[in-house]
Amino acid sequence: MTDLSPIWLTLKLAGITTLLLLIAGLPVAWWLSKGRSVFKTIIEAVITMPLVLPPSVLGFYLLLAFSPQRGVGKWLNDVFGLRFVFSFQGLVLASFIYSMPFMIGPIKSALQQLPASLAQASYTLGKGKRETFLKVLLPNIKPSLLTAMVLTFAHTLGEFGVVLMIGGNIPNVTRVASIAVYDSVERMDYASANTYSLILFSITFVMVITVFLYNKYQAKSPLE
Amino acid sequence: MISIAIEKSLKAYAGQRTLKVDRHFPMGSITQIYGPSGCGKTTFLKCIAGLVTPERGSIRVNEEHWFEPLSGINLSPQKRKVGFVFQDYALFPNMTVLQHLEYATNDREWINQLLHIGKLETLTTHKPEYLSGGQQQRLAILRALAIKPKLLLMDEPFSALDPEMKTALIGELKLLFEELGMTVLIVSHNGEELVGLVDGEMGIDVLSEEYSETASKRKLGGLEGKVNLPDDFNEPLEDMKDYM
Repeated sequence: MTDLSPIWLTLKLAGITTLLLLIAGLPVAWWLSKGRSVFKTIIEAVITMPLVLPPSVLGFYLLLAFSPQRGVGKWLNDVFGLRFVFSFQGLVLASFIYSMPFMIGPIKSALQQLPASLAQASYTLGKGKRETFLKVLLPNIKPSLLTAMVLTFAHTLGEFGVVLMIGGNIPNVTRVASIAVYDSVERMDYASANTYSLILFSITFVMVITVFLYNKYQAKSPLE
Repeated sequence: MISIAIEKSLKAYAGQRTLKVDRHFPMGSITQIYGPSGCGKTTFLKCIAGLVTPERGSIRVNEEHWFEPLSGINLSPQKRKVGFVFQDYALFPNMTVLQHLEYATNDREWINQLLHIGKLETLTTHKPEYLSGGQQQRLAILRALAIKPKLLLMDEPFSALDPEMKTALIGELKLLFEELGMTVLIVSHNGEELVGLVDGEMGIDVLSEEYSETASKRKLGGLEGKVNLPDDFNEPLEDMKDYM
């Protein structure tokens, strides 16, 4: 019987990462969508870096940055008892950073495509920026919001390099499905590898096809 | 009295142009604003609403300063609370006709009155995409009126209405403006359509003369106003309206 704990751990990691990125990503995407400045361009470039950076590189630097032996990692460990290396919270942090462009990119693009007059009309009605964002802007980018959430979730499901670097392969703690596949193949346990792979494949396929179908009715490109 | 003296640079293909306006509008007046495309009519309205900030000048409504950079005053659009009918309507795709009005006001009786004026009573559950161009335009007007603004700015508000609907709506609006004592600035290329609205008693129509190449000041009811266009202003660029 294949141990399914890596699947549950992966789903938990993807769910938490998506939720945290949604909360943090919305205001950042809104901020980035308004106007242009060198500072914003730099921030956007930093957020986009995980798209092109080898995951192992990101994982390596996170490993160094949060090592409990020095610097920030030592301070977090000593003061708050937080340990990001070889722990589940470390995986969440790495996934948060690694999947950031998948959440922020589509939302920012969608907000930029909305006519500026929508927010302006709301302002002239006496509504503040927050109310305008929540009641006017956000409801009108629902397809992109869904796309961003699904892409973030699916991307987190498939993480390997960055997760391996900072989390290792600790059963029930950091051993997520993608690592379990690799580990099973290493042990020549092809049946388990196939089970993990098939489950990951099925979940991802269902999610992506759902987004495509939903966005089809919104007459938008599924990847917007 | 609304006193406006502003300068604002306009973006254009052919370099910078500057919109200069120095005008007074008595409270309760209804003024038509017209001029060639790209001359800054929409920008002018947006400056008054607080959606665009002029480089220089001042805007005063009665004794209240809305924009006075020397004193560091620049009231937000929320505080100015002018009614604004956008040229592209700026309707919210996620809201029905009724939700548009409910977003602007909680006064149910007023909402019903507005729906009656705009003849949209039977379309309250419709979202903008299921409305015709004329219905969308009427909704944009009703939404701007919903907050009962003292100052109403309308950017080409009747362009999509058929003649019959236009006449009926303008008649209703005229009564409403009088009842609420509203000051109204209307950008329109079609002076004919405003004949029933911009009346001699309250209306000021000075911009046609002042926009012409032989622009000269003229007195109207003891008020003097001018709108200056740049010297190199000739034919408008169609693309410039994208910046307005």
